Amino acid sequence: MSDTQVPETTKADWTSDQEPRWCPGCGDYGILTAVQMLMPTLGVRRENTVFISGIGCAARFPYYMDTYGMHSIHGRAPAVSTGLAVARPDLDVWVIGGDGDMLSIGGNHLIHALRRNVNLNILLFNNQIYGLTKGQYSPTSEPGKVTKSTPVGSIDEPFNPISLALGAEASFVARTHDMDRKHMQAMFARAHAHKGTSLVEIYQNCNVFNDGAFAQITKRDKRDAMLINLVHGEPIRFGVDNERGVAMDSSGRIELVDVVDVGVENLLVHDETADDPSVAFAISRLATAPTMPTPVGVFRAVERTEYAAAVSDQVDAVTASQGAGTLEGLFASRPTWTVS
Amino acid sequence: MLYLGWSERVTSNWVLWQRSQAHASGLLILEGTNVTDTASAPSDTSSLDHIIIRFAGDSGDGMQLTGDRFTNASAMFGNDLATMPDFPAEIRAPAGTLAGVSAFQVQISDHDITTPGDSPSILIAMNPAALASELHRLDLGGTIIANEDTFDERNLAKAGYPINVNPLEDGSLDNYTLIKVPMTSITKEACAPLGVKPRDADRSKNFFALGLVSWMYSRPTDTTLDWIKAKFAKNEQVVAANTAAFKAGHAFGETAELSGHKVEIKPAALEPGNYTNIDGNTALSWGLVAATKLSGIPMFLGSYPITPASDILHELSSKKHFGIRTLQAEDEIAAVASAVGAAFGGHIGVTTTSGPGIALKGEAMGLALSLELPLVVINIQRGGPSTGLPTKTEASDLMMAMYGRHGESPMPIVASYSPAQCFDAAIEAVRIALKYRTPVMLLSDGYLANGTEPWKLPDPASLPPIDVEFATAPNAKNDEGEDVFWPYLRDPETLARPWAIPGTPGLEHRVGGIEKQDGTGNISYDPDNHAHMVQIRDDKVSVIADDIPLTMVDGPDDADLLVLGWGSTWGAITSGRRRAEMAGYKVAHAHLTHLNPFPKDLGDVLRRYPKVVVPEMNLGQLSKLVRAEYLVDAQAVSKVKGQPFTAGEIYDVIVGALQ
Repeated sequence: MSDTQVPETTKADWTSDQEPRWCPGCGDYGILTAVQMLMPTLGVRRENTVFISGIGCAARFPYYMDTYGMHSIHGRAPAVSTGLAVARPDLDVWVIGGDGDMLSIGGNHLIHALRRNVNLNILLFNNQIYGLTKGQYSPTSEPGKVTKSTPVGSIDEPFNPISLALGAEASFVARTHDMDRKHMQAMFARAHAHKGTSLVEIYQNCNVFNDGAFAQITKRDKRDAMLINLVHGEPIRFGVDNERGVAMDSSGRIELVDVVDVGVENLLVHDETADDPSVAFAISRLATAPTMPTPVGVFRAVERTEYAAAVSDQVDAVTASQGAGTLEGLFASRPTWTVS
Repeated sequence: MLYLGWSERVTSNWVLWQRSQAHASGLLILEGTNVTDTASAPSDTSSLDHIIIRFAGDSGDGMQLTGDRFTNASAMFGNDLATMPDFPAEIRAPAGTLAGVSAFQVQISDHDITTPGDSPSILIAMNPAALASELHRLDLGGTIIANEDTFDERNLAKAGYPINVNPLEDGSLDNYTLIKVPMTSITKEACAPLGVKPRDADRSKNFFALGLVSWMYSRPTDTTLDWIKAKFAKNEQVVAANTAAFKAGHAFGETAELSGHKVEIKPAALEPGNYTNIDGNTALSWGLVAATKLSGIPMFLGSYPITPASDILHELSSKKHFGIRTLQAEDEIAAVASAVGAAFGGHIGVTTTSGPGIALKGEAMGLALSLELPLVVINIQRGGPSTGLPTKTEASDLMMAMYGRHGESPMPIVASYSPAQCFDAAIEAVRIALKYRTPVMLLSDGYLANGTEPWKLPDPASLPPIDVEFATAPNAKNDEGEDVFWPYLRDPETLARPWAIPGTPGLEHRVGGIEKQDGTGNISYDPDNHAHMVQIRDDKVSVIADDIPLTMVDGPDDADLLVLGWGSTWGAITSGRRRAEMAGYKVAHAHLTHLNPFPKDLGDVLRRYPKVVVPEMNLGQLSKLVRAEYLVDAQAVSKVKGQPFTAGEIYDVIVGALQ
């Protein structure tokens, strides 16, 4: 918007005057704080920042940011945001939604935003439950889950959001969790820096309807053993003593191994920039539930044409070749005849 | 409610009069005879004030293109005209079958006309199926030009004729003038010296038909020949074949065989100016282009392909040099949602669709209404419900436009009434959306979308600018006396809220579909506030009545009957009313361009006449609305056949109502 230096801001500048209305103890508070504290470090202006959400608990998020914001309708935030980003490529657009919002009613918009690669930062708050409607199973709930709408257990196969995003041609895919502010901020900063659609899945605890869904991997004393931290260019290792790792066997299958059994040199080296997403996809399949060692970090970060910029390029190219449109020119573009 | 079925073709006095005129002009002197057997026909050119031609053939025969080219040549010649394509939804139904028949009707005249005509007096039938499916429309005594090469056993069977029955030979067409022409074989002969394979030459037979008809109606040939050259520039052989076929058709007419059929329709006395022949979807697209120019607000179109609206997406996609950004969205919901997002960013948000798409967009329209952002939702109506009749016209989405969203969610509605007028209607829809910060529904239909008429190109300088300003500064103080921005602080006159777009420092704010406090825009569940907001949103639409024209009325104040219309029935009602007036009836015609709010004087207009009838391509939706609103006994007249009303049908409605 202007050439002058971006003014220094603090968390308070990014905090609106509206009081958050999430349940006490909700994981959303931690995510909100992480974002509000991160924004002053990104070198961006409040007036050029927009948060857009759909419907659900997470979707109240924009009201608490002192930026431009829209609380839209269920599932449509990626579509609303696509229109805004295409119309206004100068803006930073953040998209906020939960697993029901983004993966169920809005699943179609999510995958199409990812394949188009519009410059959006999508934060997917995954708590594996419907919170705002008071506790029905979601498209990420585990099979067998007993909820109000599944009194004898869910028979639905859940989505793995990371696998889904990779299958939808996503150029940036990461996972983090609401118990680790630093890790969240690192992932959000990477997502913001990425040109294109960035998807960050956040394991978020719903302490009312699905409390402890991620406790087996995100509790401070469990993390070393249960979170597989993906670091670009490094062998994939985890464990209290870094004693475990990820390796690819001779058939190309990816598995968890004891480092001592295979040797460090035979561990899989993480390459988030790999053209082919199949290794990232295989890594995303290591854990089928957040009760097993689970990869977190950036799964994939590749450069691909950003959609809104491409739209602008076409507008500019056609304008350059045809000249800026005039109504006189428009009216002369069809065969005409004159009556005198 | 009066429901008239139109299963029987209307034979009004007017049609009979037309026929007598045609006889008098010598057109039908060969009625009932087979012209190719008649060598001694008179050779003078007769003159007619108008003619209605219907081109019909298989979907693969290029009938739409043939009709379109004939229309263009007529436009260049200076006739007034109106067209109506009539084609199946299938891209290629099985060749030669009744389901695959594609037709194009055009009326050309030397005077002002408003419809493509009731029943054609000339039918070009490229195959037996075309004859079988279209003959019922032809005036008794009309002329059939049939491609006799296609009337073989196989094609006759496909068209449903019994074994050993050939309508060209059995005398069943004796009440018509039958002209049998071996179009396929002559085309092949004409193309043979060019080295064109017979199978390829077969594809040029529509140009033979075009050449023949161009000769019969004294159309200029240069327009068509130039067009062939330009259109097929990439393939010289196709240019050569089509040119040869066209010239062969023209020459065929010129040889003795068809003399006596040459007819002239003089140019119409149109207002001086530059004209183009335009269809409704193009005119509508151009109206949108003009609106972005006139307002200086950039335009964003989110759209999902759907018949018969897709051409607007195509046209606007080619207008990038006007700064227009188009998104072919993943679905109808994303199409409208993206337009809402763009509107939040300071663009004119536009989405185009047909009825099924409107059904899907309902929730997002409600969002735009709650956010109070400018959005134009364009519905090119087609036959419903469900998939219905994708390529056929209907105007049965009026109630959906009025009430098709949950909650109290009024939207202004603008309806176009002729192909060219779609230009003005689009500008008007954008004007209302921008000025009042509201979603607006623009209704057109399949008949307007694909039909064409001459349009006098406006002087761009004469088009009124659309003034709209973004908010740039805080507009309120908080409890601490600091400057703040209230997104729902309204203009007292228009009730519009300020449009503050991202990128504007100091005006950061949040909006949402959840109920908000008037003024601050903060979430509010206060009962009184909700009642207030529901009323404000209703008032916002009502106040527009002060900003739109009074009811358009044609005809005397002391008429015995008022015909009330909206949308594409305008042409048929206008012509039907003229006929009734010529026959001595006192009848007036009011036509609505704005359906929400209604013009301020509509109640007075309706009460001025002893009787009111409302012809509609639905089961009486406008009549229900005006009965509810004004307590007048407005009688519905329905037609839901996928075809527009004809002027003759309207004439009969008028006569019926006054008897």
